[in-house]
Amino acid sequence: MATVIVVTSGKGGVGKTTTSASFAVGLAQRGYRTAVIDFDVGLRNLDLIMGCERRVVYDFVNVINNEANLNQALIRDKRVDNLYILPASQTRDKEALTKEGVDRVLGELRESFEYIVCDSPAGIERGALMALYFADEALVVTNPEVSSVRDSDRILGILASRSRRAEQGDPPVQEHLVLARYAPERAHRGDMLSVEDVLEILGIPLLGVIPESPAVLQSSNAGVPVILDDGSEAGAAYGDLVDRFLGKNLPHRFLTAQKKGFLKRLFGGS
Amino acid sequence: MGLFDYFRSPQNKSAALAKERLQIIVAHERGSRRSSPDYLPALKKELLEVVRKYVPIDQSQVKVHLDREGGYEVLELNITLPDDEQRAPPH
Repeated sequence: MATVIVVTSGKGGVGKTTTSASFAVGLAQRGYRTAVIDFDVGLRNLDLIMGCERRVVYDFVNVINNEANLNQALIRDKRVDNLYILPASQTRDKEALTKEGVDRVLGELRESFEYIVCDSPAGIERGALMALYFADEALVVTNPEVSSVRDSDRILGILASRSRRAEQGDPPVQEHLVLARYAPERAHRGDMLSVEDVLEILGIPLLGVIPESPAVLQSSNAGVPVILDDGSEAGAAYGDLVDRFLGKNLPHRFLTAQKKGFLKRLFGGS
Repeated sequence: MGLFDYFRSPQNKSAALAKERLQIIVAHERGSRRSSPDYLPALKKELLEVVRKYVPIDQSQVKVHLDREGGYEVLELNITLPDDEQRAPPH
């Protein structure tokens, strides 16, 4: 039985696509057949983060409109086995994502995949609602910053009221907090919300903390999901996050300020 | 501002301020979410079906709004009927 996971946040620019890409790679690396879908119709970017932008021929909307079949549109990842990407359309027609169409495509994907990761667009418009509607689980990506936390709370309300599970009275969507762009030393100084603060406000279980790291930008520059850079803190944090999602009981890392040595101060480094 | 405050840079307290503001706004917004009961969409749909038996209208012409004032709740129903000439005869 396939599991559908939405990566959502409400607010834009908090790390949804970065998280979707690394999460999907992590699941596939651990042997699970995984598909990752870009729901951001008109503003597709998952293809760039995954580094497959030049291999896009057909997209999600083509499949919904029966202009291509799923096998034609799915892009097989060249680095990781078991991983396929379904890119968003660049059409401006947001109405293209119909509930029936998305349901049909997810139904087909369920037959051959174990995990289906839905990368939600920002906001609470149709694309975002479609991305979360069919979800079994949700990764709520939040930055330790007031507007992001507020928008996450709003998305939690929508998950609880407007998902298919809510409408049909099934067990609710399982929610997981992903706290991204965390700077432990700033939280320690008291000029950034701490992990505990955000947990206390949102009240959902913590799946992972991704430290602010230059590796994230370097990875997106190169089109290589940051989880594949396992020497970086952010990459290692995503690896832990995936293991935790799959049931491993791992302590959270990178939560405390690290003392920078003299040489590190002098020469930098993450 | 005293000398003591001067040395305690205000940025040291900004996370605490953020948390306090968030707790207030989130509690407020959760409260207003709850005041819109689950049955409202279904109620709206059924009302639309009943009115449609007599007058051709669509979803956007029915507005259902629930307000809470003091100790009581007000259910406000607003249906915009089309002009006479567009109105189909009842069947």
